[in-house]
Amino acid sequence: LETVRKLVCIVCPRGCAIDVTMDGGEIKSVRGFTCKRGEAYARTECTAPTRTLTTTVRISGARLPMIPVKTKTPVPKGKIFECMDAIKDVSVSAPVHVGDVLLRDVCGTGSDIVASRTMAKTVR
Amino acid sequence: MNTLQKDLVVIGGGPAGMAAAIEAKKNGLDDILVLERDSELGGILQQCIHNGFGLHIFGEELTGPEYAGRFIDELEKLGISYKLDTMVLSIAPDRTVTAVNGADGLMKIKARSIVLAMGCRERTRGALNIPGSRPAGIYTAGSAQRMVNMEGFMPGKKIVILGSGDIGLIMARRLTLEGAQVRMVCELLPYSGGLTRNIVQCLEDYNIPLRLSHTITQVHGGRRLEGVTVSQVDDSRRPIPGTEEYVECDTLLLSVGLIPENELSKSAGIALDPVTGGPAVDELRQTSAEGIFACGNAVQVHDLVDYVTEESRIAGRSAAMYVLGKGAKGETLKVTPGERVRYVVPQTIRRGDGAKLFFRVTNVWKGVTIEIKLGDKTIYSARKLKVAPGEMETVELAPEKLASGGGELTVSVTGGE
Repeated sequence: LETVRKLVCIVCPRGCAIDVTMDGGEIKSVRGFTCKRGEAYARTECTAPTRTLTTTVRISGARLPMIPVKTKTPVPKGKIFECMDAIKDVSVSAPVHVGDVLLRDVCGTGSDIVASRTMAKTVR
Repeated sequence: MNTLQKDLVVIGGGPAGMAAAIEAKKNGLDDILVLERDSELGGILQQCIHNGFGLHIFGEELTGPEYAGRFIDELEKLGISYKLDTMVLSIAPDRTVTAVNGADGLMKIKARSIVLAMGCRERTRGALNIPGSRPAGIYTAGSAQRMVNMEGFMPGKKIVILGSGDIGLIMARRLTLEGAQVRMVCELLPYSGGLTRNIVQCLEDYNIPLRLSHTITQVHGGRRLEGVTVSQVDDSRRPIPGTEEYVECDTLLLSVGLIPENELSKSAGIALDPVTGGPAVDELRQTSAEGIFACGNAVQVHDLVDYVTEESRIAGRSAAMYVLGKGAKGETLKVTPGERVRYVVPQTIRRGDGAKLFFRVTNVWKGVTIEIKLGDKTIYSARKLKVAPGEMETVELAPEKLASGGGELTVSVTGGE
């Protein structure tokens, strides 16, 4: 049985409307994308959806108490809350440089948690 | 009192100010000073920890702090000087900037050129006139974003968001991830003011209901917010009696629009566009005051920081050209919003220059034609699948298009449904 999944692409702010025709778990056709990234997004979204997770972790010795972080690569959508749970327990000390790995292979996703910004060590 | 002289003073060290300063430096100015009232550069991007920034400028998807970080690094590398924790108090029409900070005290800076890059502010509860008490627990979405992402505390546990602007949508997801229960997002209009991708990845991903044509008609609670009354509204945005619903919550976030911040522009006697709330600018982003340029969200509220960067590079380059005596001269054409168009930036264009026009429409339409006329002559026409007030439209106009013909440039949206 063929079904059509209607998606709005989230790769960029353009928000293309993409129709994916599925037959069971198999993709039959993808229509409506306007770039390669959009097509790739539609294919993953219908088979194994992923998201880049962005959040914060505690930092000591910096001007602010939190440092923003992200998953270096997208993680399975179904594992987002599990990842949040794991990240909650991470805490780091300044200085931290943008891109520094703060947690390896979060929840077995193969993706590292990296710092989204540099924070210098300061006297608080 | 300290008295300084500068070729260029940039007011604001956010994405707009940094891009303008960098571009001015690259175009031959050395004596540049950026003034920032916060304790660090980067502006609002430092609290926008989500990703999706930079696809146009860097060709990759960055978080807000990463995007800001690239400009901070470049600014430092180019040796552009800046002062943090510095508040600009006023700008005189002769381009004297009065500023103050703890280290230098009061300063008068005589600037040969100025770039205004103050950004924008959020509309607050006061602008909405929501009836009810005044309990704790009502925040603008941006304040809540700063609390959660930078200062590390939660504004509450059960949350209602009024307004479906992008910050509200982003915060709906963020607070859900941090364990709060986001009960609903209410939007007065029959469509969302945010980007479609944010409806998908912030609300639909987390099953957060979006109530279109709904508003909050009563705030309940004493010391702390206890709940809100949500009502459906009719076509003229009036609450429909009998549709009231009580929703228990301890926190209400407002994401109900942004207003360009232009107290300083007013002090310099700069003409503002009553629709954008920002200075009326020409294609070089020069304001009505010679040598004073403006860019970013101080001019118009942008959807994307990439567009802010693009606009700010124009302002920075123009300021450099002005100081170096290469400022543009020539006949200017007035740009006016036509049918279904709320505003157009820039508000004037010199005939010899081309320009990229940024504009917003007044409502949602499908299958329309975007048409630009110079006087009675159509100089641009293109089909567009869908237009919406929440998504800024752009049209690149080549100089040849403006070579002949007279009158005003009018941008309209016609046809469709």
